[in-house]
Parts: sequence; structure tokens; C-alpha cells
Amino acid sequence: MSERPRWTDRSLVQLTLVRYREFMREPEAVFWVFAFPVLLAAGLGLAFRSRPADRTVVAVAAGDSSSQYVAEALRRSPDVVVKLLPAADAADSLRTGGVALVVVPDHWPERQVEYRYDETRPESRLARLVVDDALQRAAGRGDPVSARDARVTEAGARYIDFVVPGLLGMNLMGSGIWSVGFAIVDARRKRLLKRLIATPMSRGEYLASFVLSRLSLLIFEVVTLLGFAVLVFGVPIRGPLTTLVTVCVLAALAFTSLGLLIASRVQTVEGVSGIANLVMLPMWIFSGVFFSASRFPDVMQPVIRVLPLTAVIDALRANILRGTGLGGIVPELLVIAAWLVLSFPLALRLFRWR
Amino acid sequence: MSAAPLLLRGLRKTYGDVVAVDGLDLEVRSGECFGLLGPNGAGKTSTIEICEGLSDPDAGDVVVLGRRWGEADRDLRERLGISLQETQFSEKLTVAETVRLFRSFYRRGATPSAVIDLVQLGEKVTARVGKLSGGQKQRLALACALVGDPELLFLDEPTTGLDPQARRQLWELIERLRAEGRSILLTTHYMDEAERLCDRVAIVDHGRVIAEGTPRALIESLGAEHVLEFAVGEGSVDDAVLRSLDGVCGANRQDGAYRLQVSELHRAMPALLQALRNQGAQLTELRTHSPTLEDVFVSLTGRYLRDE
Repeated sequence: MSERPRWTDRSLVQLTLVRYREFMREPEAVFWVFAFPVLLAAGLGLAFRSRPADRTVVAVAAGDSSSQYVAEALRRSPDVVVKLLPAADAADSLRTGGVALVVVPDHWPERQVEYRYDETRPESRLARLVVDDALQRAAGRGDPVSARDARVTEAGARYIDFVVPGLLGMNLMGSGIWSVGFAIVDARRKRLLKRLIATPMSRGEYLASFVLSRLSLLIFEVVTLLGFAVLVFGVPIRGPLTTLVTVCVLAALAFTSLGLLIASRVQTVEGVSGIANLVMLPMWIFSGVFFSASRFPDVMQPVIRVLPLTAVIDALRANILRGTGLGGIVPELLVIAAWLVLSFPLALRLFRWR
Repeated sequence: MSAAPLLLRGLRKTYGDVVAVDGLDLEVRSGECFGLLGPNGAGKTSTIEICEGLSDPDAGDVVVLGRRWGEADRDLRERLGISLQETQFSEKLTVAETVRLFRSFYRRGATPSAVIDLVQLGEKVTARVGKLSGGQKQRLALACALVGDPELLFLDEPTTGLDPQARRQLWELIERLRAEGRSILLTTHYMDEAERLCDRVAIVDHGRVIAEGTPRALIESLGAEHVLEFAVGEGSVDDAVLRSLDGVCGANRQDGAYRLQVSELHRAMPALLQALRNQGAQLTELRTHSPTLEDVFVSLTGRYLRDE
């Protein structure tokens, strides 16, 4: 009875194990933390994949033999897909976005042709250029300047490359705030917190167990998402890994503290859900998860820049896409650290055990 | 002399306008099982939570195992075992994991498996807490209270909401703990529980102790051998008439149900029937039983202990 306890019997280890077990035995939580970001990355990667040489789809309004001639001329161009359609169908297809432009040959032998397209659609304007070029050449126009194409596609500049650091940051925020906030409020509601402080348990160790379990799960979380992005989409990780690890750990600590702060007094799960969503919603919108935060008006930028998620995502993008080391992301690190330093002591001060 | 494990003097606690505890005095002696008996809202839980150091009294003195809260709380907690009302343990953990977690908070104590065997949850070691029955959950709560080998146990409503068999099982367990020499303070609103388990009880109402003693002495203080309950169909019976009946030492009425404390049944019965005839009241129900703590409570407050 008096023998020295094994290290696994220490309360901090036991508390952390409990956190870990509770998480792993909650299938929904596991889905949101691990599967959801991967599925999101997969979906976005597919939707915005960069197709090799996008081909322009145009329609030629069928009429007399000149339609056939125009269609043949366009088919010789490698960049154009031609559909020969009755005039009404062609107009319909243009309206619904099936084709970018409709060519209406008008007495071709006299060399007249009409292009119908919507000027506000970029792909239509592109089609206008491509189609006109192909027809003019077919009609015998020569090129006074000879040009040579050198095609460059670089990993790191695609949408998937842009969005993966955003998803990672969003995941760090969500799992930090949710896992801590929900677990603490649930324990408070069940009066388990009160039962725990009726034991000699150290309150600091209880809170530390959330941080420890968060950090250990963080490893799996980051490796799952980034591993998927690297293996499936070839997203490059250009920066030093130590910087990546530093940013992730600091972000996890800051968001965990924010979760503690949110949960410090709330009595119901509904309450904590509401507050957590209220805190996270502006960051989902403004912090540049799916598109660059710089798209927002300049007056908003100072506020957007101090949001923790903005700082985390900017730091991750700089590291992953541009290869920046710690020295290049000092302002971002300071913002994240400030959130940690402010929210943690405040959470401890406000925290209610019952 | 061995000091009292628990001493309360002039305890007061208010929540806003509500006075939960109103000048309560109490002493639990070493090795005894002491019961706080009273209806819901009498201040039992407020009192026991102050004893547990979970809330601060507005006034009064609390001495637990010779110490006061706020001095060396952690050391004091090592020596206490606590079972709160309505604690829900994490449903995703197993019995063994839960007990092991609580064991890790204490410097000394039995092994988790020994405690689990003690509360007869050996077959449920690997079961998730969410799958346990009410009685099994209460025994798990008791296991978590026992892992630190406590000198003093606080059990708040340990059998509330359990079926009779589960209650008896828990009673046997609490009796064993007392036999091991632990001091126990328990709260209950079940008179049979208090009579069976407690060496002494304090009857609490509106935050005060209104009677205190062994269950037997409290019952004897009624001076009644029997309790006679009856109801009448129409008309009513004057309380003063009932009290003056031959062999009756007290009378109470609640919602048309009458309750007489009777010293001599063979004289009281004919007198009662005669009185009812005289008043033109028709008897619809009649029962007698030996007096219980419930009758003590009724005679002191005019109200029933029961939930409803």
C-alpha cells in the first residue's frame, strides 16, 4: 500500500488519459477533428483542381453550309471544343453556361461572322479571343511575330495549396475551443467538477490535463491533414519543420486557453455552443481560411490582423508555402502569444468549479 | 478522549433571500453513523456541502477531524470520503478507469480493484459507466469515496431514487463501513434508512435541528405504542376532541388524513369510534402501525417527510 506509485498512477497522467479516452470514445468528435478537415481538403482540392489547359467550349449555330465550314475551322484549333447546335439550342446553352460563346456565321463566303457572348463572364471574353484568332487564321491571317510557349505549372500556387494551411488553422481553432469547452461544461453540468474538487486533486493538474491531451492529439491531427495534402495533392511544405511545430503548438495552446475562458462559467452545453460559435464565426469569415483576408476593406484590416486565427493561418501559409522560418513570422507569433498570455490567466480567474 | 470527527456550531447559510441553514448545531462522534433526516429543502445538502468544504458558511464554526477549512485543505481532503447527490461520472469511462482516476488523487489507500470488490462491482470492472444501473452507479460513487481509505465519510442521499433491492444492498455496504470504524454523516429523507443505519439522527427542518437522538429514543419520546391513521368520508372531526380521547397522546391532520399517537390501543379504538359516531363522521380508512421516525417528524412539524 505504501509502495511508490507507478508513473501511470500519477494523477496528471490519469487525468490526461481520461481526456484522451473520452475523446476517442466519442465518434462524432473524432470525425470532426480528423475526418472532416481531410474530407474538406479532398472536396476543395477536387473542385478547384487545376485542369491542364482549360479548353473553351463554344457553339456554332447550325444553318447553311457555312456553319459546317466555321465549325471545321474551329475544330482545327486545339484549345476549342465546338458544338454544332440549332440556333435556339445554342442560345439556350449560352444562357445556362454550357457554352461560353455562340458563333453565328452570317454568309460566310462574304466573310461575316457574329459572336454572341456575355461580356461580364471572363471565360466568354477568353472564348471571343480564342475563336476570333482561330477563324482569322483559317481565313489566311499570318503572324508577323513568331512566339514560343514555355508552360510552367508550379506546386504551391494552386488553390489547394492555399487552402490547406487555412484548413489546418481552422482545425486547430475548432478542436482547441470545442474539446476543452464542451468537456468542461459537461463536467460542470454533471457536477463532476464539484466531485473532483472534493478530492485532494490538484486543480492546476486538472486544467493541465486538457492542455496535455490537446497537445498529444495535435500531433495526429496535423499529421493526418498535412500528410493527406502532401500525399494526395502534392502540397509542398517548404519551411523548416521546427517552425511549423512551433506555430501549431503555440496555436493549440492559445485556442485551448480560449476554450477554457469560454467555458469558465457557462453552466449548460447549449450555452457554451452558442458562445463558442459566436467567438469562432468572425474568424471563419474574416481570417482567410478559404480566401485571402486581404480582400476585406482596409479599415477592417487592423481588427482582422489581431484575430488569433488570422495570425495562425498567415504564419502557416508563410511557413508551408513560402518557406519562411521563425524570423519571418514574428508579428504573427506575437499575436498568438498575446492571446495565450491574456486568456489563460483570465480563464483561471473566472473559472467556476461548480 | 478522542475528538469528535465533526463539530458544527451556529451554522448559517443563505442564498439571496432564502435561508438554507439557520443556526445549526451538530456533533458526529467517532465511529458512529449519524443521520441528517429531513424533507427536501430542509438544508441537509447545504449543511453537508459546508462540512465538505465545498461552500462557505455565512456564519458559524465548522471543525472537521480537528481542523477548519482554509488551513491545509489538501491534507484534510486526503482523510475524507465524499459522495455527492446527483454526481454523474463520465459515461464513456469504465468502472475500473473511473476508480483508478480517483485513486490517483490520494497518497494512500486501497488498490482500485480491492475497492471495486468491496462495493461488489467486480463483474462490472470493464463496463462503461453509462451502462450501469442506478444502484451500481451509487456503489461506484461509494467506491470513489472510499479509495483514499477515509476516516470520515459524507454521504448525501446515497439511496435516493433506487429500487428496494438496490437500497438494501447499499445499506449492507454502509453498515460494513461503519463496522470498520469509519465515522459517517449521511443525509436522507427516508425514515427507514435512518432507523436502520444510524446510531443517532438529527431531524432537520427549515435549516434547524428540531430533534436529535438515537432513533429509538426519538420514537420513544412520542410516548406512543401505536400510531393510528384514519380518514373520514364526510364531515370532519375536531382536533381538540381527538386529543382528549382516552389513550391518545397526540393528533395531527393533513388533507383529510388523521394520525393519532396512541399509548393504549385497546382504549383509544372504542373512544375514537364513539367520537366519530357523535360527530356524524363516516370512517373510510383505518390503519395502525408501530411508531417510526416519520411519526416523530409529523408530530413535530405537522407535515409529512415524504417526497410528495
